[in-house]
Amino acid sequence: MSLRLEHVTYTYNPGTVYEMHALKDVSLDIPDGQFAGIIGHTGSGKSTLIQHFNGLMKPTAGTVYFQDEDIWQEGYSLKRLRSQVGLVFQYPEHQLFEADVLSDVCFGPKNQGLSKEEAELRAVQALRQAGLKEKYYRSSPFELSGGQKRRVAIAGVLAMEPKVLILDEPTAGLDPKGRDEILDQIAFLHEERKITVILVSHSMEDIARYVERILVMNKGEKAFDGVPREVFSHYKELERMGLAAPQITYIMHELKAKGLLADTSAITVDEAKKSILEALEKRKV
Amino acid sequence: MIRDITIGQYYPADSILHRLDPRVKFIGTFLFLVSLFVADSFWGYLLATCFLAGIIALSKVPVKFMLKGLKPLFILLLITVIFNLFLIPGTVVWELGFLKITQEGITQAVKIGIRLVYLVIGSSVMTLTTTPNQLTDGLERIMKPLNKIKVPVHEISMMMSIALRFIPILMEETDKIMKAQMARGADFESGNLIQKAKSLIPLLVPLFISAFRRADDLAMAMEARCYHGGENRTQMKPLVYQGHDYGAYGVTLVYLAAEIVIRTVM
Repeated sequence: MSLRLEHVTYTYNPGTVYEMHALKDVSLDIPDGQFAGIIGHTGSGKSTLIQHFNGLMKPTAGTVYFQDEDIWQEGYSLKRLRSQVGLVFQYPEHQLFEADVLSDVCFGPKNQGLSKEEAELRAVQALRQAGLKEKYYRSSPFELSGGQKRRVAIAGVLAMEPKVLILDEPTAGLDPKGRDEILDQIAFLHEERKITVILVSHSMEDIARYVERILVMNKGEKAFDGVPREVFSHYKELERMGLAAPQITYIMHELKAKGLLADTSAITVDEAKKSILEALEKRKV
Repeated sequence: MIRDITIGQYYPADSILHRLDPRVKFIGTFLFLVSLFVADSFWGYLLATCFLAGIIALSKVPVKFMLKGLKPLFILLLITVIFNLFLIPGTVVWELGFLKITQEGITQAVKIGIRLVYLVIGSSVMTLTTTPNQLTDGLERIMKPLNKIKVPVHEISMMMSIALRFIPILMEETDKIMKAQMARGADFESGNLIQKAKSLIPLLVPLFISAFRRADDLAMAMEARCYHGGENRTQMKPLVYQGHDYGAYGVTLVYLAAEIVIRTVM
């Protein structure tokens, strides 16, 4: 019951002047229930990678497995795969089309073959999980604010009750409060429903705070793969890829350079606070 | 999937044809089209073939790309040739029921076939070696005299370049929305005609909304930079004829003259 890629390569426009390798020999395995993060510079192949997870893109070479089954073998139902591996695109509010919020969220479950009643039940549940107030259920999605639209769109995928949820920059363009609320909601879902979550993000702070594992993409290749602490210790290499470690990592390294024996692997504000206080205690003694 | 379709199929390369002034290519293509209708004999077609082959060689664009332009026109070509083949009266060479093939029919069909193919290849040479922006620039300059009779030439060419600019953007947008809806289980392929038409709603509604949003944004950005139409507007890179442009005009005119001579002599 996991998502596995073996030597996946994807080439745009093969054999022409516009040929471009978006993915080069990527192998990875995401076990069930993991909260994984993917980071990478613009054009590093993140979006191409996640579209391979639910069969929207077919690898030029290599194999994609879901629950140990090759998703490109003959007779494999991609439609069923897509209802199990939910993908929320960047700026998902651009895909809204129905006259009211509830029917838009029903689109997915209805495509799964559920009856109108069942679909609505799922939709209400998903909207609640995405944190949209009930008074908006019957209004037009185009009247809502950016953050609310985003919630509707995320609910549209949640309503299909996927086992794996992939989110491509779910917080892009949102204010800090909306960003935290949406990420907390996702983390809560991960806890509650035990689903696998794959979060694509630019923000190192977001990634550091939530995920258990980080995949770093660079120029179509997997550059790093490991727990956040370990990956961020390569902050010099990350910088060369146009990325950065969380600000805290820099502060901790600066402190160490100035002679404070704090733990440089701290990646969240809370961890840093604890380790600085401990170091200060020791110094007193 | 939609990325594979190319419109305004510019092929980047560094050739003398790519460097020519777009006006030369416009007028040159037009003269070539005229010459195709002047040519009427074997020698005339031979000259046209040589001229076209020379141009293709100079353009450094693989012949494969030229022929790709023919594909969508294949059916049209087939129908034209078949109509000519069977419907022209004259000396019968083959007969089956009401179907007759005549001597004159064969000649006419071959001529029309060659003309159409050359016409398409000739104009693809132009679009393959000229960026859409250069094309509209050239067109604007050629049409400039029409300004005197109150034709808004600049505005028309601005609309054209905006439209051309938006084609790839809207294609990408279509691709993105299609994928987003497919991720929600939408099916754009199976079903009968009505189901298929219905399945397009989740694609078309967001696409229209985004097109209007983009148009609004662009209009605002243009106004913010004080765009006010073509009046007194100068260009950053005005088109100026160079030596090789005059040379290209010369070669094309000599070719056209030769075709006319062949036509009158033969």
